Amino acid sequence: MAVTTDWEKAAYIAGQAADARVNVELETEGMTLNLGPQHPATHGTLRIVVRLDGEQVVWAEPIAGYMHRGYEKLVEVRTYPQVTTLVNRIDWLGSFCNEVPFILAAEQLMGIEAPDRAQWIRTILFEMGRIANLILFIGDMGVQLGAITPVFYAFRDREYVLNLIEAATGGRFHPNYDRIGGLKEDLPRGWVDESKTVMDRVRGFCDELDDLLMGNEIFQKRTRGIGVVPRAVGLEYGLSGANIRASGVDWDIRRDEQSPLAWKQCDWKVWTHPDGDSFARYWVRLQEIREASKIVDQLLDGLPAGSIQAKVPRIIKVPAGEAWVHTENPLGEMGYYVVSKGGLGPFRVKIRTPSFNNISIAPWILRGVYVPDVITILASLYFILGDIDR
Amino acid sequence: MLVTLREHLGEALVASDTVGAELCVRVAASAWKQAAEACRDHLLMDYFCFLAGMDWLANPDLSGEKVWDPDGGAASADPEAAVPVEVGVTTGVAGGDSRFQVFARLQSVGEKVGITLKADLDESDPRIESWVSVYRGADWHEREAWEMYGFNFDGHPGLRHMYLPGEFEGYPMRKDFPLLAREVKPWPGLVDVEPMPGEDVVADDTGAETSEEAG
Repeated sequence: MAVTTDWEKAAYIAGQAADARVNVELETEGMTLNLGPQHPATHGTLRIVVRLDGEQVVWAEPIAGYMHRGYEKLVEVRTYPQVTTLVNRIDWLGSFCNEVPFILAAEQLMGIEAPDRAQWIRTILFEMGRIANLILFIGDMGVQLGAITPVFYAFRDREYVLNLIEAATGGRFHPNYDRIGGLKEDLPRGWVDESKTVMDRVRGFCDELDDLLMGNEIFQKRTRGIGVVPRAVGLEYGLSGANIRASGVDWDIRRDEQSPLAWKQCDWKVWTHPDGDSFARYWVRLQEIREASKIVDQLLDGLPAGSIQAKVPRIIKVPAGEAWVHTENPLGEMGYYVVSKGGLGPFRVKIRTPSFNNISIAPWILRGVYVPDVITILASLYFILGDIDR
Repeated sequence: MLVTLREHLGEALVASDTVGAELCVRVAASAWKQAAEACRDHLLMDYFCFLAGMDWLANPDLSGEKVWDPDGGAASADPEAAVPVEVGVTTGVAGGDSRFQVFARLQSVGEKVGITLKADLDESDPRIESWVSVYRGADWHEREAWEMYGFNFDGHPGLRHMYLPGEFEGYPMRKDFPLLAREVKPWPGLVDVEPMPGEDVVADDTGAETSEEAG
């Protein structure tokens, strides 16, 4: 699968460099610029070393590991119910979404399935996690471009969603609410009505941001045509979620794969964008918040009654076997490859996090761009450091 | 899918099984890259999901092999508490002949199917061809596997440390690499797992820790 754009990019940079050499007065010494580890654009501590020729990046290398916590090793010495606490901290903005695939993998190995009500509540909270996560992206993208206002709007409206998550689970950021075979407890009284009001508010936020940021000429100029990821390159690097849907790939695990969760019961749409630039990624995520709020609304309407916990043994022992469960998380495809040998804890867990792949494209995509665009491109790829470093 | 793969890999396709609803095949290490190319070109696997290492040596911590002993002994001092110790190598889905395996998953976004590939690696010299020329996304994953398991990927453009500092020694994800925190202090969570009357005794190895808590 030869991609010509890669070569073209290199040729373009070489051409520019040659021009600079011809024009001796304009020749500049290369310069190495260190972004981070404590850069505001990095959502944590990612260091990016860029080699500059004037204003242009000739080479870029992200350096991760400032937040590596070794979860894959740690889960090997924990029992299954203890793992959710750890994996909560991977993508800390949408924590609940990290628990679900692991629990589903364990359930798959044990051959049990949670009752309908539990699956629906899981789906609702999953989508709320997505909303809370993506709202922050929507606001934060403005900050990277010098617009401070959107992030205040974002924090304001995210708070309502976090309050709901807190009311149901007891934790704003780290719910630790999912259990093998069901949930920790049922929803509190009045939660459903409250949620509907908040979902309305979320849609209002999307409209507001549509007006405030998307139509803005500066925003458009700074994002349209910047950081284009062609479809084939994106797939080869393993980009997932909104990043790849913004490159025109119509792939959403929620819709395309069998899952015990309740996404198939709702009427919603997977948005794609053909451009593959920063603007497209932003636009797709904004639509995703809208769709997520619709999913939540529909699920709240049809929430089945009944138990929230299937019958499981008190001591959870998972039979030997291997399971792979992946879900469409706010950042992209999150998956757990769980290997069990029949003990109390997993033998090996490979955690496939979306940001790890999403950011591995950075050396390719940053080549040849201008310094101010480095920030917008990275912001639009949207990574969370806990998700890269695990 | 299996038929297509067998056609292109022939003898190199060693075993196959399913993980959940997906196909999992084990290929010879020599055909690792060839398998990736076959998947990409003939099964339309355009999406690179992940690549990781695996160490099938028994897990010392939860299998009951290692019990924390306040007197400082590494092995269990109480012979009665010793449960059958799982030693050696037992491999999972699609089998395996050696301790180390590398496994990876690919996905076709058009066909909406995925496949897991595995290959056995030599224990003394874990070495395999790199996938970077097939899937560029494998770059970071191979760096991680190199750092965590000590696998060498031939043809990789630069195996540098991904997470750990440059002077780090050892391969942390190997099962024989001790988790220091657990060596120093037992995990208190294990104490919670108490057997119910009439159930199988599973928490034998926590006996010492319970009494330690009480004291």
